[in-house]
Amino acid sequence: MAALTLRRKLAILSDAAKYDASCASSGTEKRSSVGTGGIGSTEGSGICHSYAPDGRCISLLKILLTNFCVYDCIYCVNRSSSNVTRARFNVAEVVRLTLDFYKRNYIEGLFLSSGIIRSPDYTMEELVRVARSLREEHLFGGYIHLKVIPNAAPELLAEAGRWADRLSTNIEMPTDIGLEALAPEKKPSEIRTAMARVRGKLDEARPDSKARAKPQKFAPAGQSTQMIVGADAADDGAILNRAAGLYSGYKLRRVYYSAFSPIPDASSRLPLKPPPLMREHRLYQADWLIRFYGFDVPEIISGGQDGLLDLAIDPKLAWALRNRARFPVNVNRADREMLLRVPGLGTRSVDRMLATRRHHSLRLDDVARIAGAIDKVRPFIEAADWTPGGLTDHAGLRARLTPAPEQLSLF
Amino acid sequence: MQVVQLQALNDFGEWRDKARALLAAGVGPEAVSWREPGGAAGLFEDAMQLHGNRPVGAVPPAFIELARQAILHADPERFALLYRFLWRLLGDRGLIETASDPDLSRLTRMASAVRRDSHKMKAFVRFKAIVDDSGLERFAAWFEPEHYTLEATAPFFARRFDGMIWAIVTPYRSAYWDGESLAFGPGGQKSDVPQDDAVEGDWKTYFGSIFNPARLKVAMMKSEMPVKYWRNLPEAELIAPLIRGAREMEAAMIERATTQPPSRHVRHRERAAPVAADEHAMASLGDLRAAVEGCQRCPLYEQATQAVFGEGPETAEVMFVGEQPGDQEDLAGKPFIGPAGQVLDAALAKSGIDRGRVYVTNAVKHFKFEPRGKRRIHQRPDGGEIQACKFWLEHEIGLIKPKVIVALGATAAQSLLGRAVTIGKARGAPIPLDDGTLLFVTNHPSYLLRIPDAAGKAREQAKFEADLTAVRAAMAGGSGGG
Repeated sequence: MAALTLRRKLAILSDAAKYDASCASSGTEKRSSVGTGGIGSTEGSGICHSYAPDGRCISLLKILLTNFCVYDCIYCVNRSSSNVTRARFNVAEVVRLTLDFYKRNYIEGLFLSSGIIRSPDYTMEELVRVARSLREEHLFGGYIHLKVIPNAAPELLAEAGRWADRLSTNIEMPTDIGLEALAPEKKPSEIRTAMARVRGKLDEARPDSKARAKPQKFAPAGQSTQMIVGADAADDGAILNRAAGLYSGYKLRRVYYSAFSPIPDASSRLPLKPPPLMREHRLYQADWLIRFYGFDVPEIISGGQDGLLDLAIDPKLAWALRNRARFPVNVNRADREMLLRVPGLGTRSVDRMLATRRHHSLRLDDVARIAGAIDKVRPFIEAADWTPGGLTDHAGLRARLTPAPEQLSLF
Repeated sequence: MQVVQLQALNDFGEWRDKARALLAAGVGPEAVSWREPGGAAGLFEDAMQLHGNRPVGAVPPAFIELARQAILHADPERFALLYRFLWRLLGDRGLIETASDPDLSRLTRMASAVRRDSHKMKAFVRFKAIVDDSGLERFAAWFEPEHYTLEATAPFFARRFDGMIWAIVTPYRSAYWDGESLAFGPGGQKSDVPQDDAVEGDWKTYFGSIFNPARLKVAMMKSEMPVKYWRNLPEAELIAPLIRGAREMEAAMIERATTQPPSRHVRHRERAAPVAADEHAMASLGDLRAAVEGCQRCPLYEQATQAVFGEGPETAEVMFVGEQPGDQEDLAGKPFIGPAGQVLDAALAKSGIDRGRVYVTNAVKHFKFEPRGKRRIHQRPDGGEIQACKFWLEHEIGLIKPKVIVALGATAAQSLLGRAVTIGKARGAPIPLDDGTLLFVTNHPSYLLRIPDAAGKAREQAKFEADLTAVRAAMAGGSGGG
């Protein structure tokens, strides 16, 4: 067999990595290369250096070290029973690609994952070697995201966190039953234990004002995970319950929801059609409501039907339409918690309204200027010069606020 | 009409000096004509000689911040607009907070366009490398910003590419970094930088491969990466063909029939002997510990991290049974390591019971909680969960055969007695179980942590320690009896 060229390997191993939704490069510590003679900086917010026609940001060189894998997870393009072309980078090749791309300002850094080869320790050690080489030998200060291999030794995890900005372990499926059905070799409790260990290390690395010694650095951009949506029958309630449990237990920065996407050489046990991308979008909105708007999962799910979110309208509006008795909300008197529940008002708008109303009472115009758009807000609020009257309880309100279906974009 | 001829397109300091002189001379905004460099100066206009650059009044810091950004905008009216707003601001400081003011809202929009332009420069500059005979790499990029943002953005590249020699050339100005300091020179053209780069092919390969044809969202791409930037992005030439081929690729993926697994997979399957543990082999604590990990006897496994099994010597004479693992126990996979565990440890030490010779476990092996934001709120297991988990507790008791069992709290007591009891009534005297084991019932140590007042806490602490002292007595004296 002829050896694959580096470019061919790159094609195979980035194709294999594209089902990981995360490409975030934000939320880490500030670093600069000035005076180091190296390259690489991070300044808090990430940068998207390009966009693919799938609308997704390209911020990192997202690749697998290898797509050989001993596991046979049905949903995965790299499962051992698939006939996709296999390839493997060596450590030096990944390091060189990362540096070459970074120096040309194509990327913010590296997101390195891998199929499981030989053992969890062996695989994790390979990932760590790449990160170590970048940081130590090449003084690379850019962003590094490493995948955590469940069951890898604690020392490897500690070293991974020393070099990486972010670590992630994918929970993959919303329910344990779902994971056992589609990924027979993966143990849900082992995945969660890996996240628990990362959380423990993150806690240890938190600066303690009482302790004099600065704790060892560990993954300053925290940990994240990903769930596949629509590969099994789990409904949005199950998905969001899982997410809420993970957020509460493991200090996750983000849960990514990845709409199951057809893969080459797919197993016949997978659904033929992908779920609508809108479902993924609604889950992200719901996730936001749980984390920043004080909603709990049952409330959000009550806005939809049969455990699924409403695809036609956003989950906050769906909830409000089902709970009209709690509206209209007086924008000059209501507390922050209740203002956050008004459709069309985001956290920033609410904070600006709270600041402004200390000086003068808010009129509908003020709210419109602060919120940007008023149509969705109007039926749910009272302002100094506005009361919605019968609008809040109007039978046609839902229809009026449902956006027209999105046109396909021509190109 | 006073004409002010500026030397720089975007120098806040220069504009400020001129504005100060104009203010000092009392020249109102309607009487000034601001001229950009390079613009055709009116033949018969004399540029005004302005003197003095001392501060002439105080302005809110927010204005300075706004002006530093807005002055980078390409709008030829930026200087005049800033001067007019400054003039008005000196008469009314509150103007800077009046978001509805037309001048302010225009300046705010200009500043935000500038920030976006600067951000897009950070994102879309593409360096091309030239390698000389000594192997030294030098990098150069051609970039066409919409506004005069190079000087403000170049420090970002200096912070990022310290160890590189690079240049960014724009139509109005260029920036150079020699590895030590940043310098600026005149503008240039696209042909000033190399047209080819050895790594661009790899980058295009990556761009084409990371794209998922099953998720076409072209409008989203265009809003984030506006078409006007495409001409300097090497990967942009792939966009049209990728979109054209997307539907076909997706359909092909869906329609392709599943193939037979490769032989490597089959070999691997044969080698990997079935490891399905015999569920019934529970001859040792190790067997139990392995088996409980897969326990799905009740739904609690779904949210907990892991089953937390008991800990202690197989020869322990006394077994302490708590309710369920808490937050920390769940994360670490060990029982009684959190705050309640510390209370227990202290009380054991005080009562003279050697912790190393005690077996500690829980009536329910998975943590039951309610997620609340970033915290998990403990919830009591219900009767069904206690009953389901009794299976494991009974196996532990069967293997360890302790002389004495201590139920810590009502959940443990319920599990061990098969009925609900009140601690107050059940504590004090040991209850003999069917197999002769002595059961003591006392509070769960976490109960002591929840008592708010010090006196009540001390009282309950004393009772708890008295219960443990009775346990110790039973351990010592029970060896002959039993």
